[in-house]
Amino acid sequence: MYDTIIIGAGMSGLAAGIRLAHFDQRVCILERHYTIGGLNSFYRMGGRDFDVGLHAMTNFARKGTRRGPLAKLIRQLRFNWEDFALAEQIGSSIRFPGVSLDFGNDIELLQSEIAREFPDCVDGFAKLCESLLDYDDLAGDDPNFNQSARAVLEQLIPQPLLREMLLCPLMWYGNAREDDMDFGQFCIMFRACYLEGFGRPFKGVRTILKNLVRKFRGLGGELKLRSGVSRIHVENGHAVGVVLDDGTEIAGRRILSSAGTVETLRLCDDITEVDVAKAGQLSFIESISILDVQPRDIGFDRTIVFYNDSETFHWRRPEQGLCDVRTGVVCSPNNYRYDAADGTLPDGVIRITTLADHDRWCALPEPAYRAEKVAQYESAVQSAVRFMPDFRRHIIDTDVFTPKTIRRFTWHDNGAVYGAPEKRLDGTTHLDNLFLCGTDQGFVGIVGAILSGISMANRHCLVSAD
Amino acid sequence: MSPAEIRDEIIDILGDIAPDENLDDLVDDKNFRDQLELDSMDFLDIVMELRKRHRVQIPEEDYGHLASMQSTVNYLEPKMRDIVKA
Ligand SMILES: Cc1cc2nc3c(=O)[nH]c(=O)nc-3n(C[C@H](O)[C@H](O)[C@H](O)COP(=O)(O)OP(=O)(O)OC[C@H]3O[C@@H](n4cnc5c(N)ncnc54)[C@H](O)[C@@H]3O)c2cc1C
Repeated sequence: MYDTIIIGAGMSGLAAGIRLAHFDQRVCILERHYTIGGLNSFYRMGGRDFDVGLHAMTNFARKGTRRGPLAKLIRQLRFNWEDFALAEQIGSSIRFPGVSLDFGNDIELLQSEIAREFPDCVDGFAKLCESLLDYDDLAGDDPNFNQSARAVLEQLIPQPLLREMLLCPLMWYGNAREDDMDFGQFCIMFRACYLEGFGRPFKGVRTILKNLVRKFRGLGGELKLRSGVSRIHVENGHAVGVVLDDGTEIAGRRILSSAGTVETLRLCDDITEVDVAKAGQLSFIESISILDVQPRDIGFDRTIVFYNDSETFHWRRPEQGLCDVRTGVVCSPNNYRYDAADGTLPDGVIRITTLADHDRWCALPEPAYRAEKVAQYESAVQSAVRFMPDFRRHIIDTDVFTPKTIRRFTWHDNGAVYGAPEKRLDGTTHLDNLFLCGTDQGFVGIVGAILSGISMANRHCLVSAD
Repeated sequence: MSPAEIRDEIIDILGDIAPDENLDDLVDDKNFRDQLELDSMDFLDIVMELRKRHRVQIPEEDYGHLASMQSTVNYLEPKMRDIVKA
């Protein structure tokens, strides 16, 4: 009998597991995939290391910082700052037709860029920075949390183009809702991206995941891979345990699930139908290019470029076709300030993320699917090179993954990357001992998911557990 | 444990949960919150570490007693009096 069974060995499940194991619970993480990491895992292909998702860790903070999400998670998980070995970004840009705004890990750069391009918005931007909800309000009970971010911006920023430009990176890095964004989520992402900024470990997401799993196991936690949960066994309104895909039954006093809201409810014995309309809709394709040069050598020194090819930013599932390449994110993991001792990454890498439609990708028969991966990769690159140096003659290897891939390895409905638009901020479900953590509880991204795991473990599995 | 030993133990716990804080200058009758960057998660950790290390149970309604070093030691003294320092 486990004190807590955790479904999913992604960022949130591993972080929750560490908290519980640290406080002597018998805890078991069950993961369906043969490896850890979920939406942010890693793989090896053609002799090279790839990350599934890591462009940037948001919420950068320097060693010894006492406030903010990164400091909080390091404390709560009893890590040292050195464990994550984060290198700072060189600098990122938001590029729309005819205008480019640079930003870095210090808000002053963005302020001065706005002063240059949008002088009549300087005061409004300063007011916006002041009116951000504080982290302490982000338990979700602030009445302003669900306000429209667009409506708030309209009050403060007179130039529509600047509003679109400010929203673009924040939606790309953490908005599950189409078109608009909850103001609470806007505040979280504004701090995460503009006030705190980006960092990355030299070895990418491996460094983070290896630390998480090593710590979890070191504390006596059990991790079972290839152990998908096919059912949550319910008796009298109470979860009593889970049944694995191979029929094995495991009993637990409570269950914490990172599988997603709809996905978790579907597992419950007592539920016959779930409201699939509530699942998230936004998914991506990721087009990875390996270059024979470092991006800097062809004149590209940006860490991340968020681009959009018109004055209006469209944040929705593609209305037609497999992908929407009008907007995208370009990331070069080479463009961080790595420690001299680490040197440079072995290959030049350019990653491009564009919006994609899950259902259309999944409906393709296998040969067409393969052909489309190539075609959509090319169209993503073609779109991106309008906003950066053309790197195409330096490509020596590529990889592409689609919403179908994301779905296949994470089991999230629609291959949704940021989960459902309606979050369950308190993490509760219809059962008194089944709780949610991760993407669908509320916080997204690597830092967000880790914090979600921590706070749900604290709230539902430690405080009230005796 | 004597009050002084309980104080040492709390310092040890604080050092664990907030390693970047300087605890040498802590003023015992001033609130932790005013001197250290502690939030509700950190206060929970003080409670949980006490439970883990010494099996001391602190009910949620008593968390307010952990406001300063002084009030914490006063509150814990009857609960930890019979614990022998390891
Ligand atoms: C292409 C891409 C790029 C990204 N870029 C960034 C970035 O640059 N920076 C950043 O901070 N974030 C980024 N993210 C987002 C980030 O990866 C996620 O927000 C975060 O990893 C979510 O963690 P999680 O624990 O909530 O969920 P998940 O990682 O989805 O974890 C859930 C786990 O549960 C498992 N599972 C599901 N169902 C079952 C079941 N029935 N039984 C057992 N196990 C099950 C899944 O296999 C999975 O491992 C990116 C994501 C993608 C896909």
